[in-house]
Amino acid sequence: MSGGANDWPPGADLARLRLVAELRADIRAWMAERDVLEVITPVLSAAASVDRHLDSFATVPVETGGAPRWLQTSPEYPMKRLLAAYAVDLYQIAPVFRAGERGRFHNPEFTMLEWYRVGMDHVTLMEDVASLLERLWRRAGRAWRAPERRSCHDLVDAVLGAGACAGTAKEPFVDPDRVRAHFAARGRSFPESVGDDADAAFELLLDEFVLPELPDDRVTFLHGWPPSRAALARVGHDELGRMVAERFELYVGTLELGNGYHELADAAEQRIRFERELERRRAGGRETPPVDERLLAALAAGLPDCAGVAIGLERLAMVLGGAAHIDEVLAFGFERA
Amino acid sequence: MANHSTNEFKGGLKIMLDGDPHAIVSNEFVKPGKGQAFTRTRVRNLKTGRVVERTFKSGDTVESADVMDTKMQYLYSDGEAWHFMDPDTYEQLEAGKAAIGDAHLWLLDGAECEVTLYNGQPLAVTPPNFVEMVIKETDPGLRGDTATGGTKPAHMESGAVVKVPLFIEEGEKIRIDTRTGEYVSRVK
Repeated sequence: MSGGANDWPPGADLARLRLVAELRADIRAWMAERDVLEVITPVLSAAASVDRHLDSFATVPVETGGAPRWLQTSPEYPMKRLLAAYAVDLYQIAPVFRAGERGRFHNPEFTMLEWYRVGMDHVTLMEDVASLLERLWRRAGRAWRAPERRSCHDLVDAVLGAGACAGTAKEPFVDPDRVRAHFAARGRSFPESVGDDADAAFELLLDEFVLPELPDDRVTFLHGWPPSRAALARVGHDELGRMVAERFELYVGTLELGNGYHELADAAEQRIRFERELERRRAGGRETPPVDERLLAALAAGLPDCAGVAIGLERLAMVLGGAAHIDEVLAFGFERA
Repeated sequence: MANHSTNEFKGGLKIMLDGDPHAIVSNEFVKPGKGQAFTRTRVRNLKTGRVVERTFKSGDTVESADVMDTKMQYLYSDGEAWHFMDPDTYEQLEAGKAAIGDAHLWLLDGAECEVTLYNGQPLAVTPPNFVEMVIKETDPGLRGDTATGGTKPAHMESGAVVKVPLFIEEGEKIRIDTRTGEYVSRVK
C-alpha cells in the first residue's frame, strides 16, 4: 500500500484540476472587483487554536531552540491582526492542516478560502457569500437557486418538539437525555460516551436528523447556533429574542462548505473562551498548545466591527465537479502525499 | 486483549460489541457543526451475520475480537458438520451449519477455504472467490446464441443454482464468482 511504486498517480483527473484552477481565478476576480485585498500570512505559528475539537500538527524547527511551531488550522488569527492594524477587507486562499481528520469529505491538509468584510455582520455576510457562490455556480454551468436560510433552533424544535431548544445561555441548548431518547425510539445508534455532553448530543442530532432535511439543489445558510458553539463569534439574540451565536454554516445538502462569524472583538471574552477550551483539553488529557497572545493583544487594540467566512475550496470543487470523494479533487490525498 | 481507537477503524477490523465479535464493513468520519467528530460504522455480527449501524465518538476505544482467519483445506461433510484441515499442522476442525452458512454450496473436496476462528472455534467459512463446477442439470442450449443477454437456471452437483447464458449445456464446466453467486465464464 504505502511507498509502493503503484500509488504515484494523481487522485484528481485533469478536468477536476482545471476546475480547481478556475475556481481560484474566479474567486480572485470577484475579490478584486470588490477591492478585497489578497494577503499571505505565516503557515507556521508560535501559537495555535485551542478549540477542543481541533488538533494541530506541530514541527520543531532548529530556530526556536526546541519550542514547537504549529501549522495553522485556519489563517484566522493573523488575518485578524491585519484587520486590527489596517481595518480593510482581506482575503486569503491558504493551506490549512487538521490532525486526525480523514474521510470521504476530509483530508488532513486542505485549502481554505477565508475573507473578512469590515462593517458587515453575519447576516449581511450571507448575501456576500451568496454573490460569490452564484458567480462560481453559473461559471460551472450549474443552476443557481436563491439560498435557503434556516435556524438551528427551528430545525431542532421541528425534530424534537416545540421549545426543545433553550433560548438562553443558562441551560444546555438541548437536553442530551431527550436526544438519546429520540435516537432510541427510532432504533438509531447513540454513542454511550456522549454522556451528558449537550454539545455532542446536539451535533449528533444535527448530523442524523437535521442535515438530511436540507435541500440538495441549493445552498442553505444554517444560523441560530447554540451560544456554547460560538468559538470566535459574537453571542446575540435572534429576531425572536433567543440567545444565539452570531454565526452561520453553509451547506449544499448535507455537505458543509463553510463557516461564517460576526467576529468577536472583545479580548477579555475571547480569553475566557480560550481558557474554557484549554480546560476541556486538559480534562480530556489532550495537548494544550499556547494561546495566541498576539491575537488577544490585537483584539484589545481594537478589531473593527467585521464579519468573516471560511470556505473549504476542495468541498466547493467536490460540489461543482460532482466528486464523491475529496481525493477526486486533490492532486494527491494524504496517503499519496 | 488489545483495544482499537476509532482512528484505527477500517473495513475488516474485528471488534467486540455487546459481547459478540463483529467485523467493520464500512466506516465514515463525520464532524457536524465544527464540533465533536464521530465515526459512523456499519458492522457485521460474525455470529449472526446481521449488519447494523453503530456510531462512535472520535477517540472511543473498543476491544478487539479474538478472531483469526486461517487458510484450511475442505475435506468432507457428514451432513451435520463440514470437516477442514490445517495444511501445515494437519489439525482437523469441524464447522456446524451456522458457521458454514451458504458456503457449502461452493465447497469442492480439497478446496482451500478461509475459516474464521473465534476463540479457536469456526465461526464462518469463506470459499475461494472463484470455483469451477460441472453443471448437473439445465434446459437444452440454444446453439449459436452467444450474443443475446438471456439466462436460464443451471443446477450444480453441490445444490447451488446459477444463472447461466442460454448457450451453456449440461455437463459443461463453468467458473463461478462465489461472492455474488454469478456465472463468470465457460471452462474449456
